[in-house]
Amino acid sequence: MVALVPIATLKDVTVKRRGKTILGPISHGLESAGFTIVLGPNGAGKTTLLNALHGVERLSDGSVTWTSPDHASYKDQAFVFQRPIMLRRTVRQNLAYPLQLLGHNKNEIETEVMDWVGRVGLNGVLDHFAPRLSGGEKQKLALARALIQKPKVLFLDEPCANLDGRSTREIETVLSEVNTAGTSVIMTTHDLGQARRLASDVVFLLNGQIHETGLAPHVFEAPKTPEAKAFFQGDIVE
Amino acid sequence: MNEIWAGLLAAFHLIVTLDGDLVEITLRSLQVSLSALVIASALALPFGTWLAIRRFRFRRATIATLNALMGLPPVVVGLIVYLLLSRSGPFGVLGLLFTPTAMIIAQVVIITPLIASITHQAMRELWAEYHDLLISLNTSNRQRVLTLIWDGRRALLTGALAGFGRAIGEVGAIMIVGGNIDNATRVLTTAIALETGKGNFALALGLGFVLIALALLVNFAIHALSRTERHSTW
Ligand SMILES: Nc1ncnc2c1ncn2[C@@H]1O[C@H](COP(=O)(O)OP(=O)(O)OP(=O)(O)O)[C@@H](O)[C@H]1O
Ligand SMILES: [Mg+2]
Repeated sequence: MVALVPIATLKDVTVKRRGKTILGPISHGLESAGFTIVLGPNGAGKTTLLNALHGVERLSDGSVTWTSPDHASYKDQAFVFQRPIMLRRTVRQNLAYPLQLLGHNKNEIETEVMDWVGRVGLNGVLDHFAPRLSGGEKQKLALARALIQKPKVLFLDEPCANLDGRSTREIETVLSEVNTAGTSVIMTTHDLGQARRLASDVVFLLNGQIHETGLAPHVFEAPKTPEAKAFFQGDIVE
Repeated sequence: MNEIWAGLLAAFHLIVTLDGDLVEITLRSLQVSLSALVIASALALPFGTWLAIRRFRFRRATIATLNALMGLPPVVVGLIVYLLLSRSGPFGVLGLLFTPTAMIIAQVVIITPLIASITHQAMRELWAEYHDLLISLNTSNRQRVLTLIWDGRRALLTGALAGFGRAIGEVGAIMIVGGNIDNATRVLTTAIALETGKGNFALALGLGFVLIALALLVNFAIHALSRTERHSTW
């Protein structure tokens, strides 16, 4: 898990909204060592980049081509959005939903649901109405609902933004486990400590452009650009 | 005031004695309007939902048309259905004019745009909420429509109720295509119109109270159903 492997080719990837370019144009061979952390200040385009990679964001121009067959298929990817999207159903039904779409049978679904509800610590709210959960519980549910699909690639957009220290640890443990078990993770975070704990490699975004990339130790210890250096020191980057 | 009291008394009398004509007329009203509601919902719920999630070239025009159809005067609908079903019309051979089926057809035409429009509004909001998730989960169009209809069922119920209210209270169109024939196509509204015309205000009012009670009853029943369902699952 220390070598960088090419996973996708971005060709002139551009996202415009209301005439303004908010991402790109990016032409870049994206590489990963298994756990990619996307960093950058607010508004840098992290969410837009993840959405574009996964295909939920319509590109204004350019293309994303997945080079690794493991990543290529849409059904092998799962996404945890920055603002958790809860189906207006119970926690149990939210978890069951992706498996129902795939036509799994009832017993199978029940087993998986009980397994995941335990792993993210939501046993106590299993039959609660999901839209009324706390922010942190929603994020745990969104994570479990993504992982229950057994994705080969997992996108996470600030999965720990609303979580306290303990919940963050729990989530990080789950993420490390699934990563070790072979799921590639592409994740954004504002928590530099978390980035250092989890990242195998880093993509640093600034103003809608990929500013710097590389293996985590290299990027964190010896950033090539002054902007990245300032950002990792916790300074404000314009 | 006197007439209202007399109407109430007449209604009370008709109901407690289970007046044969009243029961027959009431059941026919229910049968026609519930049939229309089921058919219209089967058309309007999927269509309204589909309209909310699909982007296509004439989407705006379709929505504008739908809203315009919602304002279609029922009498005109009745007239058009009449012309289509009359002996010299294109569907004359079916012999449907002046039957309950003709009344159902007219009511379907009247309430489908209404239900579709309310469905579209509600589903557009829900779709904005669910969009990214359902795209991410690689759902088929069919799965999207079913998910939205299921999770938005409360709003859709309201839409269906509005449709039912409009159908059961409608008089112009069913008068034209049904003909208000005794023992065949007479329903509450056309009976009220007839009795009023004859000067039987008490009976007309009595029928009117039954009509109101019926509309309220269906509303309460459906709301009660949705409430028990909410308690059992949430
Ligand atoms: N639909 C939109 N219309 C206009 N501007 C948009 C739209 N979506 C995003 N933007 C803008 O694009 C920029 C990048 O947004 P994005 O959400 O990708 O940033 P981010 O790096 O994820 O920020 P954060 O750290 O706050 O989550 C922002 O300046 C944002 O205001
Ligand atoms: Mg973001």
